[in-house]
Amino acid sequence: MGMTMTQKILAAGAGLDKVEPGQLIEAKLDVVMANDITGPMALPIFRQMADRVFDKDKVVLVPDHFTPSKDIKSAENARAIRIFSKEQDLTWVFEQGKSGVEHTILPDNGIVAPGECIVGADSHTCTYGALGAFSTGVGTTDIATAMATGELWFKVPSAIQFVLTGKPSQYVSGKDIILHIIGKIGVDGALYQSMEFVGDGLCYLTMDDRFTMANMAIEAGAKNGIFPVDAVTKAYLRTFTKKPYRVFTADADAVYDAVIVIDLREVRPTVAFPHLPGNAKTIDEIEVMEPIQIDQVVLGSCTNGRMADFRRAAAILKDRTVHPDVRVMVVPASQRIYKKCMTEGLLEIFIDAGCAVNTPSCGPCMGGHMGVLAAGEKCVSTTNRNFVGRMGHIDSLIYLASPEVAAASAIKGYIANPEKIEKSKSSKAGEK
Amino acid sequence: MKVFGQVFQYGDNVDTDVIIPARYLNSFDGKELAKHAMVDIDPTFASKVQPGDMIVAGRNFGCGSSREHAPLCLKEAGISCIVAETFARIFYRNAINIGLPIMECPQAAKEITPGDKIEIDFDSGKIYNRSKGAEYEGQPFPEFMQKLIAAGGLVNYTNQKLKGHK
Repeated sequence: MGMTMTQKILAAGAGLDKVEPGQLIEAKLDVVMANDITGPMALPIFRQMADRVFDKDKVVLVPDHFTPSKDIKSAENARAIRIFSKEQDLTWVFEQGKSGVEHTILPDNGIVAPGECIVGADSHTCTYGALGAFSTGVGTTDIATAMATGELWFKVPSAIQFVLTGKPSQYVSGKDIILHIIGKIGVDGALYQSMEFVGDGLCYLTMDDRFTMANMAIEAGAKNGIFPVDAVTKAYLRTFTKKPYRVFTADADAVYDAVIVIDLREVRPTVAFPHLPGNAKTIDEIEVMEPIQIDQVVLGSCTNGRMADFRRAAAILKDRTVHPDVRVMVVPASQRIYKKCMTEGLLEIFIDAGCAVNTPSCGPCMGGHMGVLAAGEKCVSTTNRNFVGRMGHIDSLIYLASPEVAAASAIKGYIANPEKIEKSKSSKAGEK
Repeated sequence: MKVFGQVFQYGDNVDTDVIIPARYLNSFDGKELAKHAMVDIDPTFASKVQPGDMIVAGRNFGCGSSREHAPLCLKEAGISCIVAETFARIFYRNAINIGLPIMECPQAAKEITPGDKIEIDFDSGKIYNRSKGAEYEGQPFPEFMQKLIAAGGLVNYTNQKLKGHK
């Protein structure tokens, strides 16, 4: 019986020729990451085991959730990881003005690479699977142990293979595809499993689409999401990393729990309704409903805060204005992306349209700060979770959507179809 | 080891944002967090829960973020065990790592009702519903996880391993 891509990476990480689903292994780790919520909590636990981290090049602490610090306690937490990073002489030290959201800056600084075993004390650590790495979220005790020893136990997962075929239509991107998939299999549809994406449709997905999709594997309960390393990946790696890497491919006779074929030509702009990411509705279903009036739009996060996302949103917002009853938070996921939005003229488009442009932060996604919702408010958000109270009051409602749907909705004031926004004279609408 | 307590019951997909909302995550003090446990799904939980009480839930309990604050706040609130049809994987790891007993048992999760008095024997994996006179077989932990639990959690297990290396 052959191995899946994930199983092969885990076998290599554990120094084994072969692993099987359900097997408990201890694997060596290439990157160990925590943030300003999980990191400070890990430090006293780490100190029960070690004085020094296992490898100063491989431990990364990113202040991004409650930064710029929203209150005194948050400031103390950010300070704790800042002091620790310096005391341990960590190679990578990130700070506001030079960093951004963890899952954007790790790939963009070439810290994570294909074939690696990566853990992060943040559930969306599965994002790096887009690069062909095994990457998964863990908790605080796990991350403290990983920082001390450079190893962690894993149960080898079985996998679901998703065969993506065909080219998605102009206003459909990675977010619609992953919301469509989670809608199909449910929020525990891949519980304890890997989601392995393959197929001829991959060549139409940018790296940013793939980051979005791998990022939300956790929303289907998956241990990890993973993409093969192809020409698109290699082009990205040439720009962003100098790290040597190893490409793994699934065996031809790998066994999958299920094979699900997704015809990308048939995927429609898709929105996840409150209060689960699996509560998916197509834009066509929404258009026959009473219009859903909204109060806020968030464009950003580790899910959709990258260049492709802002280009798509800006193409729709260009020469238009945000509806008077709506406020829009644009949050570039890193300082690099922020600057690129500036040099490409996207910030001007957003500001002219009436959007607030904020400094990189996880901020509004988990109701931290910079866009918390009041009771009864409705928000279209390009983030990843629409749980009860996720972005603020328990009586607020979150609709997860693509940057295209979010931009169209910002203009209309209700959840709107980006295909129906008339092209403005000078815009390259739907540019990918 | 046996535990005995009264049941708080919840449905499917209880997420970590309702177990402990992000607005409280500027602290990682278990006692402080316990004051806000389950606040967004059951505002009276923290005032009603007694040491030894249990949570019984449906599928995918603890889905969402990796915050260890979630199992920690429930443990500090006095919860002695969580029985669910299934657990989300990060919550599952975190609970074992901090020594909060959890058990997968779909039948028990379906048949137990709020307020039932439950006894759980971790050695045999048996769940007894003392209010209804029913008995269930819980899923025992794999051997490796039993070793972790016996060592007193991942930190002690790792320390034993590190000493062995030296």
